[in-house]
Amino acid sequence: MQIFMQQLINGLSLGSIYALLALGYTMIYGIVKIIHFAHGDVYMLGAFFGYYTINVWHFNFIMALFSSMIFCALVGMLIEFVAYRPLRHSSRIAVLITAIGVSYFLENGMSVLFSGDTRDFPQVIKQVNYEWFGIRVTNVQLLIFVTTIILMIILQLIVKKTKMGRAMRAAAADPVAAELMGININGTISFVFAIGSAMAGAAGVLIGLYYNSIEPTMGMTPGIKSFVAAVVGGVGSIPGAAVGAVIIGCLESMMQAIGFSAFKDAAVYVVLIIVLLFLPAGLFGNKQPEKV
Amino acid sequence: MKIRWQTIAIWIVCMAAGYGIIYAGEMTGVVDTFIENMLVMMGINIILAVSLNLIVGFSGQFSLGHAGFMAIGAYATGIMTQTESTFAGLIFSIIAGIVITIVVALIVGVPTLRLKGDYLAIATMGAAEIIRLTANNLKITNGPAGLYNIPQLVSWPIVYIMMCLTIIIVANFVHSKTGRAIRAVRNDELAATAMGINATKYKLMAFVMGGSLAAVGGSLYASYLQSIAPSNFNIMESVSILIIVVLGGIGSITGSVIAAIVLGAIDTILQNFGSLRMVIYAVMLIVIMIAKPSGLMGRCEFSIGKWLTKRAAKKQAAAAES
Repeated sequence: MQIFMQQLINGLSLGSIYALLALGYTMIYGIVKIIHFAHGDVYMLGAFFGYYTINVWHFNFIMALFSSMIFCALVGMLIEFVAYRPLRHSSRIAVLITAIGVSYFLENGMSVLFSGDTRDFPQVIKQVNYEWFGIRVTNVQLLIFVTTIILMIILQLIVKKTKMGRAMRAAAADPVAAELMGININGTISFVFAIGSAMAGAAGVLIGLYYNSIEPTMGMTPGIKSFVAAVVGGVGSIPGAAVGAVIIGCLESMMQAIGFSAFKDAAVYVVLIIVLLFLPAGLFGNKQPEKV
Repeated sequence: MKIRWQTIAIWIVCMAAGYGIIYAGEMTGVVDTFIENMLVMMGINIILAVSLNLIVGFSGQFSLGHAGFMAIGAYATGIMTQTESTFAGLIFSIIAGIVITIVVALIVGVPTLRLKGDYLAIATMGAAEIIRLTANNLKITNGPAGLYNIPQLVSWPIVYIMMCLTIIIVANFVHSKTGRAIRAVRNDELAATAMGINATKYKLMAFVMGGSLAAVGGSLYASYLQSIAPSNFNIMESVSILIIVVLGGIGSITGSVIAAIVLGAIDTILQNFGSLRMVIYAVMLIVIMIAKPSGLMGRCEFSIGKWLTKRAAKKQAAAAES
């Protein structure tokens, strides 16, 4: 029971990181219908920017988090402007290949500029362990939960309460009709990329604190897993992305706990395929009837 | 009928000429080990790209799991030829790889081919990752270290012949009655179903066929390079095969062949740039996709048959005029 609870805590913190990434995926997929393959690399850039600001400018945690979010928002908007906007009306597969190209570019560009070594993330927050009933929780884990929950609430408020959020939902539902109603589609899409990438930047700084090490290829696997999380939760749904991410995170740490750590990634994909088969729209996605 | 025989004859001459050029290069020493290695990799990439094009281009099913099928073929050959290192052993291992792939492709395809577009891509990617992670954890596949000291039973002529065979099989398959049905499902699944075509059956057929050809490519890969590891068959490998298909033009066999040759050559040239190689490659990829999203060839094919028919029609028209 204790091990189970301990793994649940670990799973929740991993799941929170995935949730921040999955939110970006789900919003971007929801509005432009592309798998933003380079999202994991934006997260990597966020971690590196945090590393840079903390080491060179001696930022504290909050400052590093915010500067990293702003930096990633700009990167996300730039990616959208340079790589995706020219392909807005071409085939999905061409956009996917471009996304993969962007991902290659960011990963290898970082390797060329700053070498591909793994490096230690500076510990701006001293690690403190709390023990409750034999379950160990670190303050970094608590910080991850709190930051993730605050960011998700802010996001939910933006999407549900603001004018921009309404524009986002309208553009996701029907871009052509939304444009006819006077919504600036390009601006809205840029805004979605900015928010999604800012979330990824925050996740990057948090994972740096949690795992202590960063490298240029760190975005690949979390990127794919959080996309899986977004699909499991139902693409386009913000609570769905959060729930999916927690499921994936817990599944991974549970597999580790019962001694199948070698198969933890395989388990994620098995869950993905099962969910897709029985609930093609994901857990929270709205079902769309097949149009004839 | 005459045109048909002429077409076949011209193609045979072309293929023999290609063989002759490489053979002459080998003899005169123009083709050294380095270039031979490049040519063989091009050949294997052509097999993989053409087989993926059957799935993505002709049946319209967006698969991101081609490396999984390739891995099955590679491991079948790697494991079997280590105990039976003869040419017969190689042939037998290729057949075994194909049979296993057919079974796996059916298991993967029956449920997942109900999905569409990006969801299918993610599901097939997941399936390929499961295959890779299985190879990563089994004893017979020697875990993450992979297999080495696989006897080199494959040389460039075998790859060349296999490449030609793959192209012939796929080209004839997509122009057969079955192939027409597959293309009909791609163009409009609903309309095709209304015409009495069993969409699932034909999608599955293309998927299984493309997968088994990829297994052949994997077998050749394992036997030529003599060492394989699960990391050779990760998502990036599937993606790089998909890149060849998309760059060449989705639904164009000619395009896949040209793109595999061009990318292989670019890759070799860029090797001098060291770590900058992948950055240049990525930028090129983005620029090509933005400049020409339908790929180099679009859906066009280079077809000698069509050319001959056109020429004959022109001649007839000229004769009728005079």
